[in-house]
Parts: sequence; structure tokens; C-alpha cells
Amino acid sequence: MGMTGIEIFKLLPKTNCGECGVSTCLAFAMNLAAGKAELASCPYVSEEAKKILAEQSAPPIRTVVIGTGNYATKVGGELVQFRHEKTFNNPTGLGCVISTDESDASIEGKLNRFKALQFERVGITMRPEFIAIQDKTNDPAKYKAFVEKIMGLTDAALILVSPNPDVMEAALSVAKDRKPLIYAVTMKNGPKMAPIAKKYECPVAIRSDGTLDTAMKITQNLTKMEIKDIVIDTGVRDLKTAFTHSVQIRRAALVDRQRALGFPTIVFANEMASTPEEEAIVAATFIAKYGGIVLLSDLQPHFVYPLLLQRLNIFTDPQRPMTAEPGVYPINNPNENSPILVTCNFSLTYFIVSGEIESSRQPAWLVVKDTEGLSVMTAWAAGKFSGEDVGAWIKKCGVLDKVKHKSVVIPGYAAAISGELEEELSGYNVVVGPREASQITKFLKAFTPQ
Amino acid sequence: MAFEPTKQKYTGAIRQVTLGTGPKAVTVGGRSCFPFYTFEGSMPNAPRIAMEVWDKNPGDDWPAAAREPFADVLDDPAAWAKKCVEVYGAEMIALQTRSADPNADNRPAEEVAAVVKKVVDAVDVPVIVWGVANHEKDIEVMRLVAEQCSGKRLALAPVEEGDHKQIGASCMAYGHVVVASSPIDVNLAKQLNVLLGNLGVRDDNILIDPTTGALGYGLEYTYSVMERITQAALAQGDDKLANPIINNIGIEVWKTKEAGQSAEEAPELGDPKMRAIMMEAVTAVSFLLAGSDIVVLRHPETVKLVKGYIEKMMA
Ligand code: SF4
Repeated sequence: MGMTGIEIFKLLPKTNCGECGVSTCLAFAMNLAAGKAELASCPYVSEEAKKILAEQSAPPIRTVVIGTGNYATKVGGELVQFRHEKTFNNPTGLGCVISTDESDASIEGKLNRFKALQFERVGITMRPEFIAIQDKTNDPAKYKAFVEKIMGLTDAALILVSPNPDVMEAALSVAKDRKPLIYAVTMKNGPKMAPIAKKYECPVAIRSDGTLDTAMKITQNLTKMEIKDIVIDTGVRDLKTAFTHSVQIRRAALVDRQRALGFPTIVFANEMASTPEEEAIVAATFIAKYGGIVLLSDLQPHFVYPLLLQRLNIFTDPQRPMTAEPGVYPINNPNENSPILVTCNFSLTYFIVSGEIESSRQPAWLVVKDTEGLSVMTAWAAGKFSGEDVGAWIKKCGVLDKVKHKSVVIPGYAAAISGELEEELSGYNVVVGPREASQITKFLKAFTPQ
Repeated sequence: MAFEPTKQKYTGAIRQVTLGTGPKAVTVGGRSCFPFYTFEGSMPNAPRIAMEVWDKNPGDDWPAAAREPFADVLDDPAAWAKKCVEVYGAEMIALQTRSADPNADNRPAEEVAAVVKKVVDAVDVPVIVWGVANHEKDIEVMRLVAEQCSGKRLALAPVEEGDHKQIGASCMAYGHVVVASSPIDVNLAKQLNVLLGNLGVRDDNILIDPTTGALGYGLEYTYSVMERITQAALAQGDDKLANPIINNIGIEVWKTKEAGQSAEEAPELGDPKMRAIMMEAVTAVSFLLAGSDIVVLRHPETVKLVKGYIEKMMA
């Protein structure tokens, strides 16, 4: 990756011995460049060349793992600037800051909200991942005790926040096995802080002075010490400048292959806004535009839930339609007299249809048929929503045992299958429902299954 | 020497489109870089917010939190629009002609157009008139609106492939702007602009409506189509897509399940009013970052937040 065949060729022994399976070093180099060969196939390549090639073939933005177990959270590892070019890989980590000077009630509130914020949507769990623990004591023993206390209360991926290497080392002595992110190495504390990161083998954030140049100097210093898991904070707290930096870092890493900026970023939204509402839209900015981790001052669900939805949307793979699990969904406590409605498993359709039924307050059984994520109209056109298929699924999914009536409602866009479906489900009435979900309430209020 | 990452090469700029007349006319577009990438291009006009007004009392169609700020004017669209301008500082009004919906009230076109005219006359800011996406009815209503509000430079929406000839002609005849609406697809967006061009609609009288999906309900599709339109227009020289984009956000967000759930229905989602406002604001921010030039918003609190946001991002 990144290097051309000719560039790779220059690093090979040029003896054309053929042991790699092709007759010349040049041919081997071309295969390497095309990703069709492994460097290990050449027994004669020098250590020096190996190192260069390994560096060059490393992904342009490092994937950094913070936390352990259920909360081992990957950030970075992105390959594109625009999600439609491929996909965004690792969703922006979300979390909040807890400070040593907070009351127990405040801390407990935040940690309870952290725990409660867990939502299932299209088979994905949406939740925040991070708790940042900020030191205000500047006292190693006190901070260590505080970090220990928080560790006992949450499994979250942790971020330890102190500029003081002694304070940081005290906390790491108890927290290192949780693989916390060390925040942060600066130009000033680097000589003492960087060796601590190295010693405890934990990922480390750098905090620059507001410029990309200093950020690069610090990451280069760390790279020289063979510290690889780095997260960047440019130190800027002004929204527009931070946005500009975020774009420039992503572009430098991907387009310029600038290694010194090839790391995920961290954004302190809590330090960039004067109200929680503003804080949330700062966070929204960096969920869309390349933030690796975004921290808030608190985790009130009315702020975090919209951000989790946005993150789910932005980090969805655009090449793979999201699907809902096929099956029977009871909505508003249906009983044996409630209508049966059938739809496709395109997640958007499922959400809209189930949402409309819910808000109609009419009980119903919603049958979701596997259409490989296609919408009703597309699935019907592609032969994946035929009367035969839909009929077979209605019989198989078990919904018919749940009701006493003999009616099945199909989407308006699939009206054409009603005849075939009636044949498949002999003795049942096939009713053509509305085309648009927005008409479901009106339909259900007027409809009684026969 | 300070590090400078590669600059994006831009081939063109979004064309400018002006809505309304007189001192409160609004010009959008003109951007020659990706949204807010002002370190490598210019954004002569900030994105704008249009406040949503309905031509009938929305009743239960709107959650309580959305009705509350307008409780005194919901039965009087003209007073409602005036309140948006005078109390909430709206720079534009987006009037949704919901009463025309053939599947609901089905109010006659003459009556619908008369209310539009009242609203347009009541305010001095530009008005976007948003129909019900029923071709027959929209053609009928928009023909009357275009004629009766001649020369006001309204924007008429949605103009789809199926009704572009009729509504496009009305816009041309009476000097209004076309909101060209296509179903989340770059090629279809372009094709409609070409068709409008063939009809004789001038390029600087077209806004693009890419079809707006709400947060959690298809936002990502709209988001990526907008980024692709922006890239085609600015970096790939596709002149036919170089028009400002409008997103009809309020109506999409506030009809989602989560925007309407009460505290009893969804205790785990926090304060219902703030949740709905944030869903609207996060949707708006996402689309502004993807290239929106006009966002249509419902709640005054969202409007205030997003306005402040745009100011900071334009700094
Ligand atoms: S094994 Fe190595 S040295 Fe021999 S031909 Fe292949 S690349 Fe060249």
C-alpha cells in the first residue's frame, strides 16, 4: 500500500533468484504493490527494507484500542474523507468528564446515566463508551484513590486526565490493566510523561499548543520512543479552528500520508461551549467530521440519544443496507383480534412502519419478511416479495396462530401480489393497505380484520 | 516552516440564488469550497434558516413541545408567520400547505392559495411555499400561488419530475424560484435540473431538494447524497449540480416516534422537549456540514441554537 512497485523494487536484493515464486525481483515487487504477494516469501530481503515496507504498508490512520473487556473501544483506523467513498470504520467514542472536585451525588448521577444509556437498534447496541477522570488535586495519592473509586463503579473505557507525570504514574499503578488513555503528553512534560506511557504500555494522548506543527513534533518524539498508540488533541478550544484542524489532520493523514498526523483525535466538547445544548452540537460536528473521541460534561439522555442516533447513521456502511430481524413484532399489546400487517426488512421501512403503528395507538402484529434489506417496491420488482414467498413466510413465522381472524394486510406498493398471496393462503382475505406509512394511522382506525 | 496539508482543488462554485425582494431579500450559495472549509475557499453567503409555518392548525400532528411557542397563532397562518419574524427573528418563512392534502383536509386550491397570499403579504421576508407532493393538487395550488404572488420571488416546492413542467412554467411566468426535488439520488437530481433547463428555467432560479431523512430515519442517505452533489459541483466541474441545497427538516424530525414520546412513554430518553429540539438541531448541523444552504426548522429554540452555530462556523 502506498508504495509503487518500482519503489519497492529498489529495496529488494535484485538477484532474481526466483525463490519467491516469480522469476524476477521486479515481478515480485509488482505483486507486492498490488497486494498479491507477501513480503515473507522472499527469504533475502534486508531487515532495513522490511522496516521501511512495514511502515509504508501500515494503515494511514492508526487504530487505537482503549479500555478492556466489553468496553475495549477502537478509535481511528479511518481510510476515507467521505463516507460514501467506502465507509467510516470506528464510530466516534462518546463519554463524559468526571472531576475529582465533584460531589458524590454528581458522580453517581453521571455513572448511573452512563449505565442506563444502552439502546438496541437494528441489532446494534448504542451506548457511550468513555469516562474521563480529571484531576484537580495535583496530589498523586488523592488522584490514585479517586481513580480506584471510579474503577470500582464502572467498566467504561477510561481516560486519565492530568498534566503531572507523578500524578499520572500513581493512577496508572492501579489502572494500567484497564488500558486507559493517558491524557496528556505535552511539549513541556514530554520528557517525563512519555516514558511513563512507555513503561505502563497504555495508549497516550498528546496535547499541542494549538498548532499542528507542535502536535507533529510531539507525535514524532513519541514515535521515536516506539510509542505507537497515540491520540491527538491540538489544544484548540475554538469551534471553527478545531473543525479546520480536524479536516486538515484527516486529509494530511490520508492524502499526504503524513505519518505524524496519522492518529485518531480527541475533542473536549465540554470545554468548547457555554451551555449543554451548544456542547451537544459541537459534539455532533465532530461525530460527522472526524472526531475519534468526543467528551461531554454530562450524559443527559436528551442530549446523548440524538448523538448516538447521528453516530449510528454516519458510521453505517453505505454499501450494506441495514436490515431488521425478520419475524413477528407485537406492537401496542395486540391480541387475537388485532390486524396482521406485513412489510419488508429494510431497516428504514421497519422503523417508519413500526413507529407509525406505535403512534396510532392501535394494537397490531407486524410481520417483517426478509427482503435482503430492500424496500417493498424494490423487493417486489426484484421478485423478493412475491405472493408465494410472502405467503410461505406468513405461514412459517407463526403469526397465524396468534389471531382468530382471517385477514392479512399487505403494503400498498405490493398490491400486485394480492391474488397470488390469496392462493397461497387459502381461506384468508388479503387486504391492500396504504402505500405510505403516514396513512397507517388512518387505515388502522377504520380497519377491522374479518 | 509551518506544515500545510494539501489543498483540495476546486473547479467551480455553487451559484447564487436570491429569494424574496426588497431589503429583506436573501441570497444563498456562492460557496467555492466544501461546507465551512473556508481555509481553502470562500463562503460569501452564510447558510440560512427558514421557519416552518403550516396553513392550518396542525393539532395532534405536532407534539406539544412544538405547538407551545405558537399556541396563540396556530389558527392564523399570517399571524403565525409574523410571530416567527417579529418575535423569533426568522429570516425566511417556509409555509407548508398541509390543508391541501387530498388524503386529509383536501381544501380547494383557491382557498389554499388565498391563505398563502395572506401570509406572503403579512411578512417582509422571503417565503418558501411547500406543497403536499401530490402532483395534481400541487400543480393547481402552485399555479394560483405563482400568479397571485407575482414578482415576490417565492420558492415553490417540491417540484418533481412528474410536475416540473407545470410548476416550472408557473415559476417562470411569475418570477419565482423552483425547488427541484428528487428522491435521494445524485443522477436524478442532475436529470431534473437538466429538464428544468430544457424547459427554460434559468440556472439561478433553482434550489435542490435532495429529499430529507430525519435523524435515525435515513439521515445518512441524505447526508451522503448531499456530499456527492457538493463534490460533483465543486470538485468535478458538474455545473448542473452547482445549485444551493434546501432541507425540509422540521417536518421530518418532529414526526418521528422519538420526537413525540412523552416522559411517561420514554423515561429513558430524558426531557421530551429538549430531546426533540436536539434531534432537530443535530439533524440541521449534520446537513449544514454536508452542504445545506437553507434549513427549514420548526422550534424557536432550535432556530436560536443553529443560528449561533452558523455564526461560529462562519467566523
Ligand atoms: S526471492 Fe527475493 S531475491 Fe529472489 S527473486 Fe524473489 S524477490 Fe528477488
